[in-house]
Amino acid sequence: MSGVRVLAGTRKGVFVLESDGKRKEWTVAGPHLAGFGEIYHVKGSPVEPNRIWASQTSSWFGQIVHRSDDGGKTWNPVSNKFLYDGETGTHQWYDGTPHPWEFKRVWHFEPSLTDPDLVYAGVEDAAMFRTTDGGQNWTEMRGLRGHGSGSQWQPGAGGLGLHTILLDPSDPKRMFIAISAAGAFRTDDGGETWKPINRGLHSEYIPDGTAEVGHCVHRIAQHRSAPNTLFMQKHWDVMRTDDAGENWREISGNLPTDFGFVIDVNTNEPETIYVVPIKSDREHYPLDGALRVYRSKAGGNEWEPLTKGLPQENCFVNVLRDAMSVDAMDPCGIYFGTTGGQVYGSADGGETWSAIVRDLPGVLSVEVQTLA
Amino acid sequence: MTTVRVLLPQLLRSMVHVKDEVLIEVEGPVTQRSVLDGVEAKFPVLCGMIRDHATGVRKPFLRFFACQEDLSLESPDAELPAAVVEGREAFLIITAIAGGRR
Repeated sequence: MSGVRVLAGTRKGVFVLESDGKRKEWTVAGPHLAGFGEIYHVKGSPVEPNRIWASQTSSWFGQIVHRSDDGGKTWNPVSNKFLYDGETGTHQWYDGTPHPWEFKRVWHFEPSLTDPDLVYAGVEDAAMFRTTDGGQNWTEMRGLRGHGSGSQWQPGAGGLGLHTILLDPSDPKRMFIAISAAGAFRTDDGGETWKPINRGLHSEYIPDGTAEVGHCVHRIAQHRSAPNTLFMQKHWDVMRTDDAGENWREISGNLPTDFGFVIDVNTNEPETIYVVPIKSDREHYPLDGALRVYRSKAGGNEWEPLTKGLPQENCFVNVLRDAMSVDAMDPCGIYFGTTGGQVYGSADGGETWSAIVRDLPGVLSVEVQTLA
Repeated sequence: MTTVRVLLPQLLRSMVHVKDEVLIEVEGPVTQRSVLDGVEAKFPVLCGMIRDHATGVRKPFLRFFACQEDLSLESPDAELPAAVVEGREAFLIITAIAGGRR
């Protein structure tokens, strides 16, 4: 491994941060795609790392999809045509009344693990699309919205967004997705059919706290070596499953607050996980103004604060759901971005941190590529 | 066939790598719809950025001007002013100042 490339999607453009394997000295390039609007997500292909996808939402022009084929130096627009397939139907609005599905934006791109032209897109209002031709055409995978519960889905405060897509590295037909605030779903047949996987979740803010759907899942993470084990940061509660989502159990343990957005797994240690606790669903900043990553080396329940190099006073930023990522180096590098424009990195599994860059626009997403 | 002068918003000009007005060939009546059809035919990447893909409706924070008049609320099938049809004036697509909140 010769280096890493961190892709930061911000409110005002894409920034590309690069370093060698030591991850001490960084170059910062950007903003790319400035002026058009917020970059909800930017992610590279595992197959062709120089192919990178960016989702941009413009107040004037709506959704724009950009593709780079040179590692983020230059970008070209590709199709932004996301049309729901067949009968549009309705989901629930905030007040519980039926509301027609309306496309608003792409929240998340998940490039295929094997095919550079195949990319999945999670969108708001929640649906899954894919392109098989490098972005020239997008087709809805209608089995997800076609699941019988679609009419019961209700948006979270940030909208009805499909924000998490996990591709099972051991089974190309298995995928996991999560929607705020419908919950988690799994397909075992390549996206033809889906089932909700929310048993064990408990949410106090919905009429039936253990309902099949309606849970505000913020993020799910998976380790490549243990694809049936998933870790979830829910609105409140950190959760774990070891049977591909059939049953979840809480692993919040000694966290000072179990509200938050991000969660990720150490590349080299499948039982080492990271979260950034946020004070509450009304106060989206760290407890006591101290930015702390919490790490569990036991797969949950027992957590330790990681503070070295992070601000421990007067820090009132948030870390949004797509804004943490891990590299494939040893020791594992962990990166996260804040709404205050900082991108922090640790090259030693979280023991120490430093700001790679401090004054970017608010960071909406962070993805890292480990370059050969 | 009529040739219409169209000025795109600066950001869209940068996206399609043009610096000034573009010339759009229009067949039949020169209307907002036929002009925008021509724009999208010439620059397919602009599909869905000026008008909604599903409904064909103008994006709310874009405006259409010509001959110092705001034509945004006119019917998309109304004929554009003679000065636009005759090439003396350009059809302007403008980003509203309300659109850029950040």
